[in-house]
Amino acid sequence: MSAREEIDLDAVPVRRLNRLLQGRDSARQAGSFDVLNPRGRHALAAGLVDPIDVVIHGHAGYYCAGMNQQARVTVAGNAGTGVAENMMSGEVRVHGDASQSAGAAGWGGLLAIGGDASARCGISMKGIEIVVGGSVGHMTGFMAQAGCLVVCGDAGAAFGDSIYEAELYVLGEVETLGADCVEKDMDDRHVARIGELLGRAGFAADASAFRRYGSARQLYHFRIDNAAAY
Amino acid sequence: MTGDRPPRASATFPPHVIAEIHRAAGQGIYSIRGGGARRPLPNFDDLVFLGASVSRYPLEGYRERCGTDVTIGTRFAGKPVTLKIPITIAGMSFGALSANAKRALGLGASAAGTSTTTGDGGMTEEEREASDILVYQYLPSRYGMTPDQLRRADAIEVVIGQGAKPGGGGMLLGQKVSERVAGMRVLPPGIDQRSASRHPDWTGPDDLEIKIRELREITDWEKPVYVKVGATRTGYDVGLAVKAGADAVVVDGMQGGTAATQDVFIEDVGIPTLPAVRMAVDALKELDMHRKVQLIVSGGIRTGADVAKALALGADAVSIGVAALMALNCNAPLWPEDYAALGVSPGHCDQCQTGRCPVGITTQDPVLERRLDPEEGGRRVRNYLATLAMECQMLARACGKSHVHNLEPEDLAALTLEAAAMARVPLAGTDWIPGWSR
Ligand code: SF4
Repeated sequence: MSAREEIDLDAVPVRRLNRLLQGRDSARQAGSFDVLNPRGRHALAAGLVDPIDVVIHGHAGYYCAGMNQQARVTVAGNAGTGVAENMMSGEVRVHGDASQSAGAAGWGGLLAIGGDASARCGISMKGIEIVVGGSVGHMTGFMAQAGCLVVCGDAGAAFGDSIYEAELYVLGEVETLGADCVEKDMDDRHVARIGELLGRAGFAADASAFRRYGSARQLYHFRIDNAAAY
Repeated sequence: MTGDRPPRASATFPPHVIAEIHRAAGQGIYSIRGGGARRPLPNFDDLVFLGASVSRYPLEGYRERCGTDVTIGTRFAGKPVTLKIPITIAGMSFGALSANAKRALGLGASAAGTSTTTGDGGMTEEEREASDILVYQYLPSRYGMTPDQLRRADAIEVVIGQGAKPGGGGMLLGQKVSERVAGMRVLPPGIDQRSASRHPDWTGPDDLEIKIRELREITDWEKPVYVKVGATRTGYDVGLAVKAGADAVVVDGMQGGTAATQDVFIEDVGIPTLPAVRMAVDALKELDMHRKVQLIVSGGIRTGADVAKALALGADAVSIGVAALMALNCNAPLWPEDYAALGVSPGHCDQCQTGRCPVGITTQDPVLERRLDPEEGGRRVRNYLATLAMECQMLARACGKSHVHNLEPEDLAALTLEAAAMARVPLAGTDWIPGWSR
């Protein structure tokens, strides 16, 4: 197994880090990297395309692992706004909390957040799988189109507002449901899906105790009867 | 007793207002349509050029060179884009437009040496292949947005708003959400699709700066990043876009078209293109960024004269949308019975939202789409772009300029008080700029 490579952001600019991780100067398609002293810098490990391992030792700023493809990125700290936004594939793990818009517009891959996620987690998600060990803030799952969001704690106000076809699961309390989001029945397939996602995220919880939410599909067409919801 | 007095129409309730009240009372929901503002607005027609004579001498038409090229992205981009003419094709989505229409625009723009632009829903293979220079819109919905497409683009346009609906999100009614369109957007086919009006992962200028930096990191700092705004508080918006690190700013006035938006948005939100150009140029000059951050102006550009006037006021380039569709035969009297089925006639059509475009432009219906031959459409777009460029060049030569960018406000006079005040050029025959000079 090849040795891990260390990049100290106190010595190297983010531009160099990303060029290295994006493999722009080499034909490398694998490798393991430790990023030291991130100090909340933005766009760390953004735009990765290869199945590499990256561990960020500390807190990351906005858009960490943005638009990730294939890479496995771990933030051993907290992550700022838009972690793993528009992720296509791969895995992004945040040991601490994530700020707002975690996994926004993501198409695929797994985003696992050990702590809480702030407002708009999974907004406009398009297929990504998100597992949150703690709670999520208001407007989580807003306009969520596809994919799956599992919340082991509570969900803030207007959960799943204007949702399309994404699946949402919550273990704790939901403060309020957003427009067109309703609770749905759970069956064995749903329990199995939650169990599988919890397993991949590495979080322990009773999969059968979750509740499922999704679209009532009442806002899919403009109608006068829905005027109050627009 | 009214006797035989001729009827007097109410200025408060003219026929179109009465008709709208009747429609609203019947349907109970706002009216949605395509196109741009229909109301009369101060516009480029209200300005004229002061051609050269004794105090200035003109350049010889066809003999003396008058450049039309423009380079966009010189501020930060590693690979700026150079256009042969200062007229680009504005962002219009596959979905709103047919695949044939997108391809025709790409072919026409490429033949004319300029760029075309994607729209909500991402990039299609047809338009990438047909477009030598393709600007990729980065929109609030992020429909179809993938990093691979971002990397395949020649420039990135972060869309904050558009002239037809500043502050509003996109709309695509169910009849146009075909299997292919729905698949690209990850939505159920046939739904009335609403796009978000705010980006999902940033708000405000400080976030925008970080977002632009992320886009640059992902694309290796190569691509010019444009920021597009609908014209409202244009001075502030342009200044903040510059502060956020934009290479270029696109300002879209309220005459700018849309494929589907609430009528009240189109008619009652935003300011006309004329004052917006001037406000944008003022903001750039104040920041010492004029000609360093390029300004692209759109909204109601129809002729080479409009292009030349926008450039004279300080724009680096213009962008056309509706006019380019007209070059593809929008509103041409070709299928009158199909216009009639939409309740309109050629010349008055704004029914893009229906997906039943009689000439195959704004439709996903395979039968209608076949009415637009992309090769022939591409030729028509090229011809139209070439005409605009030649007209613009001719006017610049008449003002003695060896490049269209040498046109300046001093070459213009205004025909109306409103235009004089908005564009800040003197009323013809005076040195008076209302609100600015005595
Ligand atoms: S002709 Fe087609 S493109 Fe033109 S306004 Fe009518 S529907 Fe829209």
